[in-house]
Amino acid sequence: MDFFITAIILGLCLSVMGLGIFMSMKIFNIPDITTDGSYTLGAVITAILLLNNVSFFIIIPIVFIAGAIAGCVTALIHTKFKIDALLAGILTMTALYSVNLIILGRSNQPLINTQNIFSIRFFQNQINNSLTIVLIIILILTIILSYILKTDFGIAMRATGNNAQMVRALGVDDDKMKIFGLAIANSLTAFAGFLVAQYQFFADINMGIGIVITGLGSVLIADAFQKLFKLNSIIWQILMVIVSSVLFQLVLAITLSLGINPNLLKLITAVFVLFIVGITRFRKIA
Amino acid sequence: MIQLISINKTFNKGQATENNAINNVSLSINSKEFVVIVGSNGSGKSTLLNCIAGSILTDSGKIIFNEQHDVTSLKDYQRTIWISRIFQNPLIGTAPGLTVLDNFRLASIRTKSKNISVGINQNFIQKVKESLSTLGMGLENKIHQPVGSLSGGQRQAITLLMSVFDQSSILLLDEPTAALDPKSASVVMETANHLITSLQLTAILVTHNLKEAITFGNRIIQMHHGEIIKDLKNEEKSNLNNAEIFQWFQ
Repeated sequence: MDFFITAIILGLCLSVMGLGIFMSMKIFNIPDITTDGSYTLGAVITAILLLNNVSFFIIIPIVFIAGAIAGCVTALIHTKFKIDALLAGILTMTALYSVNLIILGRSNQPLINTQNIFSIRFFQNQINNSLTIVLIIILILTIILSYILKTDFGIAMRATGNNAQMVRALGVDDDKMKIFGLAIANSLTAFAGFLVAQYQFFADINMGIGIVITGLGSVLIADAFQKLFKLNSIIWQILMVIVSSVLFQLVLAITLSLGINPNLLKLITAVFVLFIVGITRFRKIA
Repeated sequence: MIQLISINKTFNKGQATENNAINNVSLSINSKEFVVIVGSNGSGKSTLLNCIAGSILTDSGKIIFNEQHDVTSLKDYQRTIWISRIFQNPLIGTAPGLTVLDNFRLASIRTKSKNISVGINQNFIQKVKESLSTLGMGLENKIHQPVGSLSGGQRQAITLLMSVFDQSSILLLDEPTAALDPKSASVVMETANHLITSLQLTAILVTHNLKEAITFGNRIIQMHHGEIIKDLKNEEKSNLNNAEIFQWFQ
Protein backbone atom coordinates (compact mmCIF):
# COMPACT_ATOMS: atom_id res chain seq x y z
CA MET A 1 0.00 0.00 0.00
CA ASP A 2 2.78 2.37 1.00
CA PHE A 3 4.27 1.69 -2.38
CA PHE A 4 1.22 3.21 -4.10
CA ILE A 5 0.92 6.14 -1.74
CA THR A 6 4.56 6.89 -2.46
CA ALA A 7 3.69 6.92 -6.16
CA ILE A 8 0.74 9.22 -5.45
CA ILE A 9 2.95 11.65 -3.52
CA LEU A 10 5.53 11.70 -6.31
CA GLY A 11 2.71 12.23 -8.81
CA LEU A 12 1.44 15.17 -6.78
CA CYS A 13 4.95 16.68 -6.58
CA LEU A 14 5.36 16.29 -10.34
CA SER A 15 1.87 17.65 -10.99
CA VAL A 16 3.24 21.10 -10.11
CA MET A 17 5.48 20.73 -13.15
CA GLY A 18 2.44 19.47 -15.06
CA LEU A 19 0.75 22.75 -14.16
CA GLY A 20 3.79 24.60 -15.51
CA ILE A 21 3.50 22.73 -18.81
CA PHE A 22 -0.25 23.36 -18.75
CA MET A 23 0.50 27.09 -18.54
CA SER A 24 2.99 27.12 -21.40
CA MET A 25 1.34 24.59 -23.69
CA LYS A 26 -2.40 24.98 -23.08
CA ILE A 27 -2.71 28.61 -21.96
CA PHE A 28 0.02 30.19 -24.07
CA ASN A 29 0.19 27.61 -26.85
CA ILE A 30 4.01 27.61 -26.65
CA PRO A 31 5.86 24.27 -26.69
CA ASP A 32 8.37 25.10 -23.96
CA ILE A 33 10.98 22.50 -23.07
CA THR A 34 13.07 24.67 -20.78
CA THR A 35 11.43 22.32 -18.25
CA ASP A 36 14.28 19.78 -18.11
CA GLY A 37 16.65 22.55 -17.06
CA SER A 38 14.41 24.58 -14.77
CA TYR A 39 13.23 21.47 -12.90
CA THR A 40 16.82 20.54 -12.06
CA LEU A 41 17.56 24.21 -11.34
CA GLY A 42 14.89 24.19 -8.63
CA ALA A 43 16.30 20.97 -7.19
CA VAL A 44 19.98 22.02 -7.09
CA ILE A 45 19.20 25.43 -5.57
CA THR A 46 17.12 23.69 -2.91
CA ALA A 47 19.91 21.19 -2.22
CA ILE A 48 22.67 23.72 -1.87
CA LEU A 49 20.63 26.07 0.31
CA LEU A 50 19.40 23.25 2.56
CA LEU A 51 22.99 22.11 3.07
CA ASN A 52 23.81 25.66 4.15
CA ASN A 53 21.01 25.45 6.70
CA VAL A 54 18.78 27.97 4.95
CA SER A 55 15.13 27.58 5.95
CA PHE A 56 12.88 26.17 3.23
CA PHE A 57 10.56 29.14 3.78
CA ILE A 58 13.30 31.33 2.32
CA ILE A 59 14.18 28.75 -0.35
CA ILE A 60 10.64 28.79 -1.78
CA PRO A 61 10.71 32.38 -3.12
CA ILE A 62 14.31 31.91 -4.34
CA VAL A 63 13.33 28.80 -6.32
CA PHE A 64 10.31 30.57 -7.79
CA ILE A 65 12.42 33.53 -8.89
CA ALA A 66 15.16 31.31 -10.34
CA GLY A 67 12.59 29.37 -12.38
CA ALA A 68 10.99 32.61 -13.53
CA ILE A 69 14.37 33.91 -14.73
CA ALA A 70 14.94 30.70 -16.72
CA GLY A 71 11.50 31.12 -18.30
CA CYS A 72 12.20 34.78 -19.08
CA VAL A 73 15.42 33.85 -20.87
CA THR A 74 13.57 31.39 -23.12
CA ALA A 75 10.75 33.88 -23.72
CA LEU A 76 13.19 36.70 -24.55
CA ILE A 77 15.08 34.49 -27.01
CA HIS A 78 11.73 33.51 -28.54
CA THR A 79 10.15 36.98 -28.74
CA LYS A 80 13.11 39.33 -29.27
CA PHE A 81 15.23 37.20 -31.60
CA LYS A 82 12.14 35.66 -33.24
CA ILE A 83 13.58 32.19 -32.72
CA ASP A 84 11.22 29.21 -32.66
CA ALA A 85 9.99 28.50 -29.12
CA LEU A 86 11.19 24.89 -29.20
CA LEU A 87 14.71 25.93 -30.18
CA ALA A 88 14.71 28.75 -27.60
CA GLY A 89 13.77 26.19 -24.94
CA ILE A 90 16.51 23.80 -26.05
CA LEU A 91 19.09 26.62 -25.91
CA THR A 92 18.11 27.62 -22.37
CA MET A 93 17.88 24.02 -21.24
CA THR A 94 21.37 23.27 -22.56
CA ALA A 95 22.81 26.37 -20.94
CA LEU A 96 21.10 25.51 -17.65
CA TYR A 97 22.89 22.14 -17.49
CA SER A 98 26.18 23.98 -16.93
CA VAL A 99 24.55 26.47 -14.58
CA ASN A 100 23.10 23.62 -12.51
CA LEU A 101 26.43 21.82 -12.40
CA ILE A 102 28.18 24.98 -11.19
CA ILE A 103 25.53 25.57 -8.50
CA LEU A 104 25.62 22.00 -7.20
CA GLY A 105 29.39 21.65 -7.62
CA ARG A 106 29.07 17.89 -8.14
CA SER A 107 26.78 15.58 -10.05
CA ASN A 108 24.86 14.16 -7.10
CA GLN A 109 24.08 15.56 -3.66
CA PRO A 110 22.36 13.50 -0.93
CA LEU A 111 20.19 15.50 1.49
CA ILE A 112 20.01 13.11 4.44
CA ASN A 113 19.82 14.86 7.83
CA THR A 114 18.62 18.17 6.45
CA GLN A 115 15.60 19.95 7.89
CA ASN A 116 13.25 20.19 4.93
CA ILE A 117 9.61 20.87 4.13
CA PHE A 118 8.66 17.27 4.86
CA SER A 119 10.06 17.68 8.38
CA ILE A 120 6.88 19.55 9.31
CA ARG A 121 4.81 17.19 11.43
CA PHE A 122 1.07 16.69 11.17
CA PHE A 123 1.08 12.93 11.67
CA GLN A 124 3.54 10.48 13.21
CA ASN A 125 3.28 8.26 10.16
CA GLN A 126 5.93 9.48 7.71
CA ILE A 127 3.96 8.70 4.54
CA ASN A 128 0.63 10.14 5.68
CA ASN A 129 2.49 13.21 6.84
CA SER A 130 4.19 13.72 3.47
CA LEU A 131 0.90 13.19 1.65
CA THR A 132 -0.80 15.83 3.80
CA ILE A 133 1.98 18.35 3.20
CA VAL A 134 1.93 17.86 -0.58
CA LEU A 135 -1.88 18.05 -0.66
CA ILE A 136 -1.85 21.35 1.24
CA ILE A 137 0.73 22.79 -1.18
CA ILE A 138 -1.24 21.61 -4.23
CA LEU A 139 -4.44 23.06 -2.78
CA ILE A 140 -2.82 26.46 -2.27
CA LEU A 141 -1.29 26.45 -5.77
CA THR A 142 -4.60 25.40 -7.36
CA ILE A 143 -6.47 28.21 -5.63
CA ILE A 144 -3.87 30.83 -6.59
CA LEU A 145 -3.56 29.65 -10.19
CA SER A 146 -7.29 29.34 -10.86
CA TYR A 147 -7.85 32.77 -9.31
CA ILE A 148 -5.16 34.41 -11.45
CA LEU A 149 -6.56 32.84 -14.61
CA LYS A 150 -10.01 34.26 -13.84
CA THR A 151 -8.79 37.84 -13.36
CA ASP A 152 -8.60 40.41 -16.14
CA PHE A 153 -4.87 39.70 -16.40
CA GLY A 154 -5.63 35.98 -16.63
CA ILE A 155 -8.17 36.53 -19.40
CA ALA A 156 -5.51 38.49 -21.30
CA MET A 157 -3.07 35.59 -20.77
CA ARG A 158 -5.53 33.01 -22.03
CA ALA A 159 -6.47 35.15 -25.01
CA THR A 160 -2.78 35.61 -25.92
CA GLY A 161 -2.32 31.87 -26.49
CA ASN A 162 -5.65 31.72 -28.27
CA ASN A 163 -5.47 34.68 -30.68
CA ALA A 164 -2.42 36.91 -30.49
CA GLN A 165 -3.66 39.28 -33.21
CA MET A 166 -6.87 39.90 -31.28
CA VAL A 167 -5.15 40.71 -28.00
CA ARG A 168 -2.90 43.24 -29.74
CA ALA A 169 -6.02 44.92 -31.13
CA LEU A 170 -7.31 45.03 -27.55
CA GLY A 171 -4.27 46.82 -26.20
CA VAL A 172 -2.19 43.91 -24.90
CA ASP A 173 1.52 43.57 -25.66
CA ASP A 174 1.51 39.87 -26.55
CA ASP A 175 5.31 39.55 -26.31
CA LYS A 176 5.25 40.82 -22.74
CA MET A 177 2.43 38.38 -21.95
CA LYS A 178 4.46 35.46 -23.31
CA ILE A 179 7.40 36.47 -21.11
CA PHE A 180 5.10 36.51 -18.07
CA GLY A 181 3.63 33.18 -19.11
CA LEU A 182 6.90 31.31 -19.48
CA ALA A 183 8.15 32.88 -16.25
CA ILE A 184 5.13 31.52 -14.38
CA ALA A 185 5.39 28.14 -16.13
CA ASN A 186 9.06 27.67 -15.28
CA SER A 187 8.75 28.93 -11.72
CA LEU A 188 6.15 26.19 -11.18
CA THR A 189 8.53 23.67 -12.77
CA ALA A 190 11.39 24.78 -10.54
CA PHE A 191 9.07 24.46 -7.55
CA ALA A 192 8.40 20.84 -8.57
CA GLY A 193 12.18 20.33 -8.47
CA PHE A 194 12.16 21.87 -4.99
CA LEU A 195 9.53 19.36 -3.81
CA VAL A 196 11.00 16.25 -5.44
CA ALA A 197 14.56 16.92 -4.24
CA GLN A 198 13.27 17.11 -0.66
CA TYR A 199 10.95 14.16 -1.01
CA GLN A 200 13.66 11.92 -2.46
CA PHE A 201 16.42 13.35 -0.21
CA PHE A 202 18.80 14.05 -3.06
CA ALA A 203 19.42 16.31 -6.02
CA ASP A 204 21.02 14.94 -9.15
CA ILE A 205 22.30 16.87 -12.14
CA ASN A 206 20.55 14.41 -14.48
CA MET A 207 17.23 14.21 -12.63
CA GLY A 208 15.56 16.52 -15.16
CA ILE A 209 16.51 14.64 -18.29
CA GLY A 210 13.30 13.64 -20.08
CA ILE A 211 11.13 14.95 -17.25
CA VAL A 212 9.27 17.18 -19.72
CA ILE A 213 7.63 14.02 -21.11
CA THR A 214 6.06 13.31 -17.72
CA GLY A 215 4.55 16.81 -17.69
CA LEU A 216 3.48 16.69 -21.33
CA GLY A 217 1.94 13.27 -20.71
CA SER A 218 -0.18 14.55 -17.84
CA VAL A 219 -1.32 17.58 -19.83
CA LEU A 220 -2.24 15.34 -22.79
CA ILE A 221 -4.15 12.93 -20.55
CA ALA A 222 -5.87 15.88 -18.84
CA ASP A 223 -6.78 17.22 -22.26
CA ALA A 224 -8.30 13.86 -23.19
CA PHE A 225 -10.34 13.79 -19.95
CA GLN A 226 -11.44 17.36 -20.53
CA LYS A 227 -12.81 16.46 -23.96
CA LEU A 228 -14.29 13.18 -22.77
CA PHE A 229 -16.21 14.71 -19.85
CA LYS A 230 -16.63 18.20 -21.35
CA LEU A 231 -14.97 19.90 -18.37
CA ASN A 232 -14.18 23.31 -19.77
CA SER A 233 -13.86 25.48 -16.68
CA ILE A 234 -10.37 26.51 -15.60
CA ILE A 235 -10.59 24.90 -12.19
CA TRP A 236 -11.49 21.52 -13.71
CA GLN A 237 -8.67 21.79 -16.22
CA ILE A 238 -6.20 22.38 -13.40
CA LEU A 239 -7.60 19.52 -11.30
CA MET A 240 -7.44 17.20 -14.31
CA VAL A 241 -3.74 17.95 -14.79
CA ILE A 242 -3.10 17.04 -11.15
CA VAL A 243 -5.17 13.84 -11.36
CA SER A 244 -3.46 12.86 -14.62
CA SER A 245 -0.02 13.36 -13.13
CA VAL A 246 -0.90 11.07 -10.21
CA LEU A 247 -2.45 8.53 -12.59
CA PHE A 248 0.73 8.60 -14.63
CA GLN A 249 2.91 7.73 -11.64
CA LEU A 250 0.42 5.08 -10.48
CA VAL A 251 0.56 3.33 -13.83
CA LEU A 252 4.36 3.29 -13.59
CA ALA A 253 4.15 1.92 -10.04
CA ILE A 254 1.65 -0.79 -10.99
CA THR A 255 3.79 -1.76 -13.96
CA LEU A 256 6.81 -2.15 -11.72
CA SER A 257 4.89 -4.07 -9.04
CA LEU A 258 3.68 -6.57 -11.64
CA GLY A 259 7.29 -7.55 -12.04
CA ILE A 260 7.51 -6.36 -15.61
CA ASN A 261 11.00 -5.86 -16.97
CA PRO A 262 11.93 -2.26 -16.02
CA ASN A 263 13.42 -1.84 -19.48
CA LEU A 264 9.87 -1.85 -20.82
CA LEU A 265 8.79 1.00 -18.52
CA LYS A 266 9.18 3.80 -21.08
CA LEU A 267 7.38 1.76 -23.74
CA ILE A 268 4.46 1.14 -21.39
CA THR A 269 4.38 4.85 -20.48
CA ALA A 270 4.14 5.81 -24.14
CA VAL A 271 1.43 3.22 -24.86
CA PHE A 272 -0.54 4.41 -21.82
CA VAL A 273 -0.53 8.05 -22.95
CA LEU A 274 -1.40 6.99 -26.49
CA PHE A 275 -4.25 4.82 -25.18
CA ILE A 276 -5.87 7.63 -23.14
CA VAL A 277 -5.42 10.25 -25.87
CA GLY A 278 -6.58 7.74 -28.51
CA ILE A 279 -9.90 7.03 -26.76
CA THR A 280 -11.18 10.57 -27.31
CA ARG A 281 -10.07 10.64 -30.94
CA PHE A 282 -11.76 7.31 -31.63
CA ARG A 283 -15.01 8.50 -30.11
CA LYS A 284 -14.99 11.57 -32.34
CA ILE A 285 -14.64 9.52 -35.53
CA ALA A 286 -17.23 6.94 -34.43
CA MET B 1 -9.19 63.49 -35.71
CA ILE B 2 -6.78 61.56 -37.95
CA GLN B 3 -4.05 63.33 -39.88
CA LEU B 4 -1.73 61.55 -42.27
CA ILE B 5 1.13 63.75 -43.43
CA SER B 6 2.87 62.44 -46.56
CA ILE B 7 3.24 58.86 -45.39
CA ASN B 8 5.13 56.26 -47.40
CA LYS B 9 5.39 52.50 -47.15
CA THR B 10 7.44 50.25 -49.40
CA PHE B 11 7.56 46.48 -48.95
CA ASN B 12 10.66 44.42 -49.88
CA LYS B 13 12.75 47.51 -50.48
CA GLY B 14 15.66 47.00 -52.89
CA GLN B 15 14.45 43.59 -54.02
CA ALA B 16 12.92 42.52 -57.31
CA THR B 17 9.55 42.26 -55.55
CA GLU B 18 9.70 45.87 -54.32
CA ASN B 19 6.17 47.19 -53.83
CA ASN B 20 5.42 50.82 -53.21
CA ALA B 21 2.19 50.18 -51.30
CA ILE B 22 1.62 53.72 -49.99
CA ASN B 23 2.97 56.56 -52.04
CA ASN B 24 3.21 59.94 -50.30
CA VAL B 25 -0.36 59.93 -48.99
CA SER B 26 -1.69 62.91 -47.05
CA LEU B 27 -5.17 62.73 -45.63
CA SER B 28 -7.10 64.58 -42.98
CA ILE B 29 -10.17 62.95 -41.47
CA ASN B 30 -12.38 65.03 -39.23
CA SER B 31 -14.02 63.88 -36.06
CA LYS B 32 -17.32 61.97 -36.65
CA GLU B 33 -16.52 61.48 -40.32
CA PHE B 34 -17.41 58.06 -41.77
CA VAL B 35 -15.00 57.46 -44.62
CA VAL B 36 -15.41 54.67 -47.15
CA ILE B 37 -12.27 53.61 -49.01
CA VAL B 38 -12.57 51.74 -52.29
CA GLY B 39 -10.01 50.58 -54.82
CA SER B 40 -8.87 47.46 -56.62
CA ASN B 41 -6.77 44.75 -55.00
CA GLY B 42 -3.27 45.97 -54.30
CA SER B 43 -4.28 49.63 -54.39
CA GLY B 44 -3.06 50.11 -50.80
CA LYS B 45 -6.38 50.35 -48.93
CA SER B 46 -5.60 47.71 -46.34
CA THR B 47 -2.02 48.90 -45.98
CA LEU B 48 -3.31 52.40 -45.30
CA LEU B 49 -5.66 51.03 -42.64
CA ASN B 50 -2.82 49.00 -41.11
CA CYS B 51 -0.62 52.11 -41.04
CA ILE B 52 -3.32 54.00 -39.14
CA ALA B 53 -3.79 51.07 -36.74
CA GLY B 54 -0.05 50.64 -36.24
CA SER B 55 0.18 47.01 -37.39
CA ILE B 56 2.51 48.39 -40.05
CA LEU B 57 4.89 51.22 -39.21
CA THR B 58 5.39 53.77 -41.99
CA ASP B 59 8.77 54.39 -43.67
CA SER B 60 8.33 58.16 -43.56
CA GLY B 61 5.69 60.78 -42.83
CA LYS B 62 3.66 61.49 -39.75
CA ILE B 63 0.44 60.19 -38.24
CA ILE B 64 -1.33 62.45 -35.76
CA PHE B 65 -4.48 61.73 -33.75
CA ASN B 66 -6.62 64.47 -32.17
CA GLU B 67 -4.33 67.23 -33.51
CA GLN B 68 -1.90 66.63 -30.65
CA HIS B 69 -0.88 62.96 -30.35
CA ASP B 70 1.94 62.00 -32.69
CA VAL B 71 1.46 58.23 -32.91
CA THR B 72 3.83 57.61 -35.84
CA SER B 73 6.17 55.39 -33.85
CA LEU B 74 3.59 53.81 -31.53
CA LYS B 75 2.86 50.10 -31.98
CA ASP B 76 -0.64 48.76 -32.64
CA TYR B 77 -1.32 47.73 -29.03
CA GLN B 78 -0.34 51.24 -27.89
CA ARG B 79 -2.74 52.92 -30.31
CA THR B 80 -5.75 51.00 -28.97
CA ILE B 81 -6.41 53.91 -26.61
CA TRP B 82 -8.04 55.56 -29.66
CA ILE B 83 -8.58 52.74 -32.10
CA SER B 84 -10.80 49.68 -32.22
CA ARG B 85 -10.77 47.38 -35.22
CA ILE B 86 -12.89 44.92 -37.14
CA PHE B 87 -10.97 42.53 -39.39
CA GLN B 88 -11.90 40.98 -42.70
CA ASN B 89 -11.52 37.49 -41.26
CA PRO B 90 -14.33 37.09 -38.69
CA LEU B 91 -12.15 34.64 -36.75
CA ILE B 92 -9.50 37.25 -35.88
CA GLY B 93 -11.65 39.57 -33.80
CA THR B 94 -12.41 37.10 -31.02
CA ALA B 95 -10.56 34.42 -29.05
CA PRO B 96 -12.26 31.08 -29.93
CA GLY B 97 -11.26 29.16 -26.80
CA LEU B 98 -12.61 31.81 -24.43
CA THR B 99 -16.26 32.26 -23.57
CA VAL B 100 -18.31 35.11 -25.05
CA LEU B 101 -18.24 36.70 -21.61
CA ASP B 102 -14.41 36.54 -21.31
CA ASN B 103 -14.07 38.07 -24.78
CA PHE B 104 -16.32 40.95 -23.78
CA ARG B 105 -14.42 41.42 -20.52
CA LEU B 106 -11.14 41.81 -22.39
CA ALA B 107 -12.76 44.22 -24.85
CA SER B 108 -14.22 46.27 -22.01
CA ILE B 109 -10.71 47.05 -20.72
CA ARG B 110 -9.12 47.73 -24.12
CA THR B 111 -7.88 51.17 -23.09
CA LYS B 112 -7.09 50.19 -19.49
CA SER B 113 -4.52 48.03 -17.77
CA LYS B 114 -5.30 44.35 -17.22
CA ASN B 115 -5.14 43.94 -13.44
CA ILE B 116 -5.01 40.92 -11.19
CA SER B 117 -8.60 41.31 -10.07
CA VAL B 118 -11.78 39.60 -11.16
CA GLY B 119 -13.76 42.02 -13.31
CA ILE B 120 -16.71 39.85 -14.28
CA ASN B 121 -19.63 40.43 -11.92
CA GLN B 122 -23.42 40.34 -12.10
CA ASN B 123 -23.52 43.92 -13.36
CA PHE B 124 -21.11 43.18 -16.15
CA ILE B 125 -22.99 40.04 -17.21
CA GLN B 126 -26.20 42.09 -17.39
CA LYS B 127 -24.49 44.71 -19.53
CA VAL B 128 -23.16 42.08 -21.97
CA LYS B 129 -26.60 40.43 -22.23
CA GLU B 130 -28.29 43.75 -22.96
CA SER B 131 -25.74 44.58 -25.62
CA LEU B 132 -26.07 41.15 -27.28
CA SER B 133 -29.87 41.28 -27.28
CA THR B 134 -29.74 44.29 -29.64
CA LEU B 135 -28.48 41.93 -32.37
CA GLY B 136 -31.60 39.76 -32.24
CA MET B 137 -29.49 36.61 -32.74
CA GLY B 138 -30.29 35.03 -29.38
CA LEU B 139 -26.64 35.28 -28.36
CA GLU B 140 -27.56 36.65 -24.92
CA ASN B 141 -28.28 33.05 -23.88
CA LYS B 142 -24.89 31.82 -25.04
CA ILE B 143 -22.52 34.01 -23.04
CA HIS B 144 -20.90 31.03 -21.30
CA GLN B 145 -20.18 29.23 -24.56
CA PRO B 146 -16.74 29.35 -26.17
CA VAL B 147 -16.82 31.84 -29.05
CA GLY B 148 -15.34 29.13 -31.29
CA SER B 149 -18.70 27.34 -31.23
CA LEU B 150 -20.44 30.28 -32.96
CA SER B 151 -20.75 31.03 -36.67
CA GLY B 152 -18.62 33.55 -38.56
CA GLY B 153 -21.50 36.01 -38.79
CA GLN B 154 -22.21 35.77 -35.08
CA ARG B 155 -18.51 36.21 -34.29
CA GLN B 156 -18.23 39.27 -36.51
CA ALA B 157 -21.32 40.79 -34.87
CA ILE B 158 -19.81 40.11 -31.43
CA THR B 159 -16.51 41.68 -32.50
CA LEU B 160 -18.45 44.76 -33.53
CA LEU B 161 -20.20 45.10 -30.16
CA MET B 162 -16.88 44.43 -28.41
CA SER B 163 -15.20 47.21 -30.34
CA VAL B 164 -17.38 49.83 -28.64
CA PHE B 165 -17.54 48.16 -25.21
CA ASP B 166 -14.80 50.44 -23.97
CA GLN B 167 -14.59 54.11 -24.84
CA SER B 168 -13.51 54.46 -28.44
CA SER B 169 -13.11 57.29 -30.88
CA ILE B 170 -11.88 55.65 -34.09
CA LEU B 171 -13.36 52.51 -35.61
CA LEU B 172 -11.49 50.79 -38.44
CA LEU B 173 -13.43 48.28 -40.52
CA ASP B 174 -11.41 46.25 -43.02
CA GLU B 175 -13.89 44.56 -45.38
CA PRO B 176 -15.91 43.36 -42.38
CA THR B 177 -18.55 41.56 -44.44
CA ALA B 178 -16.36 40.00 -47.14
CA ALA B 179 -16.56 36.53 -45.58
CA LEU B 180 -20.22 36.65 -44.52
CA ASP B 181 -23.50 35.54 -46.07
CA PRO B 182 -25.79 38.40 -47.25
CA LYS B 183 -28.06 38.29 -44.20
CA SER B 184 -25.24 38.33 -41.61
CA ALA B 185 -23.49 40.97 -43.71
CA SER B 186 -26.49 43.27 -43.53
CA VAL B 187 -26.90 42.76 -39.74
CA VAL B 188 -23.22 43.57 -39.24
CA MET B 189 -23.27 46.67 -41.47
CA GLU B 190 -26.54 48.01 -40.04
CA THR B 191 -25.24 47.50 -36.50
CA ALA B 192 -21.95 49.17 -37.41
CA ASN B 193 -23.72 52.13 -38.96
CA HIS B 194 -26.00 52.48 -35.94
CA LEU B 195 -23.06 52.38 -33.51
CA ILE B 196 -21.00 54.85 -35.54
CA THR B 197 -23.79 57.43 -35.69
CA SER B 198 -25.15 56.98 -32.17
CA LEU B 199 -21.71 57.00 -30.51
CA GLN B 200 -20.42 59.69 -32.91
CA LEU B 201 -17.35 57.69 -33.88
CA THR B 202 -14.84 58.52 -36.55
CA ALA B 203 -14.92 55.51 -38.85
CA ILE B 204 -13.04 54.17 -41.86
CA LEU B 205 -14.56 51.35 -43.90
CA VAL B 206 -12.58 49.52 -46.55
CA THR B 207 -14.90 47.66 -48.90
CA HIS B 208 -15.24 46.01 -52.31
CA ASN B 209 -19.01 46.02 -52.03
CA LEU B 210 -20.65 48.65 -54.29
CA LYS B 211 -23.86 48.75 -52.30
CA GLU B 212 -22.01 49.33 -49.01
CA ALA B 213 -19.90 52.03 -50.62
CA ILE B 214 -23.05 53.86 -51.77
CA THR B 215 -25.19 53.32 -48.67
CA PHE B 216 -22.79 54.03 -45.85
CA GLY B 217 -20.54 56.90 -44.89
CA ASN B 218 -20.38 60.60 -45.60
CA ARG B 219 -17.10 60.60 -47.51
CA ILE B 220 -15.66 58.29 -50.14
CA ILE B 221 -12.04 57.88 -51.20
CA GLN B 222 -10.69 55.89 -54.11
CA MET B 223 -7.15 54.57 -53.99
CA HIS B 224 -5.01 53.44 -56.89
CA HIS B 225 -1.35 52.33 -56.89
CA GLY B 226 -0.85 53.60 -53.36
CA GLU B 227 -2.30 57.05 -54.01
CA ILE B 228 -5.61 58.74 -53.32
CA ILE B 229 -7.13 59.60 -56.71
CA LYS B 230 -10.69 60.56 -55.73
CA ASP B 231 -12.05 62.12 -52.56
CA LEU B 232 -15.76 63.10 -52.38
CA LYS B 233 -17.59 64.44 -49.34
CA ASN B 234 -21.22 64.78 -48.17
CA GLU B 235 -23.45 65.92 -51.07
CA GLU B 236 -20.87 64.96 -53.67
CA LYS B 237 -20.98 61.44 -52.28
CA SER B 238 -24.73 61.25 -51.93
CA ASN B 239 -25.09 62.41 -55.53
CA LEU B 240 -23.03 59.47 -56.74
CA ASN B 241 -24.97 56.68 -58.40
CA ASN B 242 -24.21 53.01 -58.87
CA ALA B 243 -23.04 53.44 -62.45
CA GLU B 244 -20.49 56.10 -61.55
CA ILE B 245 -18.97 54.11 -58.69
CA PHE B 246 -18.99 51.02 -60.86
CA GLN B 247 -16.77 52.97 -63.26
CA TRP B 248 -14.29 53.50 -60.43
CA PHE B 249 -13.78 49.79 -60.10
CA GLN B 250 -12.87 49.44 -63.81
